[in-house]
Amino acid sequence: MSNDVFVITEHMDGKFSDVSFEMVGKAKELASALGGQAVAVVVGGGVSSNGFASDSTIHIDDAALSNFNPEAYGKVIEALVKEKSPRVVMFGWTITGMDVAAWLSARTRAPLVAYAKDVRAEGGGIVVSSQVYGGKLMAEVAPEGDMAIVACLAGSFPVEAGQGSTAATTMTSPVDVGSLKVKFVEAIKPAGGDVDITAQAKLVSIGRGIGGKENVELAEELAKALGATVSASRPVVDAGWLPRTRQVGKSGLKVKPKLYLMLGISGAPEHLEGMKSA
Amino acid sequence: MNIVVTIKHIPSIADDLPVKGDNVDFDSVDFVLNEWDEHSIEQAVLIKEAVGGTVTVIGVDLIGELDNALHLALAKGADKVVKITADDPAADSHMQAKWLSEAIKGMGANMVFAGVQASNDLDGQIGPMIAAYLDMPYIGGVSSVEANGDSATVNKEFAGGAGAKYSVSMPFVAGVQSAPKPPRYAPVSKVRQMAQSATVEKVAPSGDASSGLAFKKMAPPVVTGHAEMIEGSSKEVAAKIVELLKSKGLA
Repeated sequence: MSNDVFVITEHMDGKFSDVSFEMVGKAKELASALGGQAVAVVVGGGVSSNGFASDSTIHIDDAALSNFNPEAYGKVIEALVKEKSPRVVMFGWTITGMDVAAWLSARTRAPLVAYAKDVRAEGGGIVVSSQVYGGKLMAEVAPEGDMAIVACLAGSFPVEAGQGSTAATTMTSPVDVGSLKVKFVEAIKPAGGDVDITAQAKLVSIGRGIGGKENVELAEELAKALGATVSASRPVVDAGWLPRTRQVGKSGLKVKPKLYLMLGISGAPEHLEGMKSA
Repeated sequence: MNIVVTIKHIPSIADDLPVKGDNVDFDSVDFVLNEWDEHSIEQAVLIKEAVGGTVTVIGVDLIGELDNALHLALAKGADKVVKITADDPAADSHMQAKWLSEAIKGMGANMVFAGVQASNDLDGQIGPMIAAYLDMPYIGGVSSVEANGDSATVNKEFAGGAGAKYSVSMPFVAGVQSAPKPPRYAPVSKVRQMAQSATVEKVAPSGDASSGLAFKKMAPPVVTGHAEMIEGSSKEVAAKIVELLKSKGLA
């Protein structure tokens, strides 16, 4: 067992997501307190892996891993952590990290803390603050055992602390990723043709609390009066009241208007992730 | 097509959650169906309608009140419902996933659907864990599943409207983010009819797993910002908001 802190980074179309840098910055702080190293882990080809401020970076560079595949990524990360025995493995609590973190926890019997907002070293182990129940409660938990998995909410730590120029060590995949049950077929591009809510200065954003589809008109009237555009939280889009191009949040778009007027939105962490820069 | 849908009964977050000791005061909260599970059920029923088959809905009965959710599932088109009689409101995701896996093992499922997440997934979601315990592949963030023989075409969402299409060999576990259509409405009369006529199969919890998390504290978040509460009648409040927006150059 080492005291290293591994960060499973995320990338798409050759670009790393902010949460990757956020976690590397936090990992440096944590690894320093635990007496280990902060190690950035990059899985997949087609991306430059020399931009982290980690103590070291491992890049598992295989063309077969270029597109996210939960089965392949899970197997590769499982093999890597079994070989290297880090103290902590950090994932983003994101649409890709969520596919692997809990699977890895069940496979390795290492405890997982999801919805993590903060993590600190304490008494030789770690303590994680987690934002559960839609943001209504904060839990503080201490994972038991030799390895802990922490899945971090995006936006919890500063991006800059994780940016640097550590040269990556490239290695081939530790497992065969040739024959898998999950096969990537093709990318689906975002639908176009609608107003771009990420470019708007004013948004009137509606949630399911507005009651029904008939009330969308009221929000549209208000938006018109303010010179704003109507956006929404996920349940409104899932219910078919507005198109997916209007969705703000973790699985929707990230917006940063000068005015963000929320009507009937409870403010769950998944939604706040999309508008915290407003 | 044999589809199993796992559901999670969770404390309602519609109201503030009382805390007792270092966890939720489970005696003082209402339990409701995890909202993403409604999409799992809808997705399963849509596949059944398209290619035939059976839909089994199974969940862990934490406080002896799961029947309502199971009757609702039947009214929406499920064929069979099963509850694992745990009677442990604090059962974590690892425990529930283990019990569900043991119960699902002999069902011959081609596909297992779970909600992509739940608000009380402190130790992670049950879907990926069930996949690990049953040695099946997992794919989450799923927005549509189409069955084609012994594999399925699965769309997974990424952020910002982007996504990817995957081909997945059965059996597999999918974490459903949303069904291709909004979950259907089941009339109260039909749910009541199911409550009177349907059989809920009972299974005792089997297997052992734990989150491995020691609870230190549970509390509402500390308020760090400042919110100005505007009081008065609707008209007065509206006038003040307009004034505020004008002062900031936003109206």
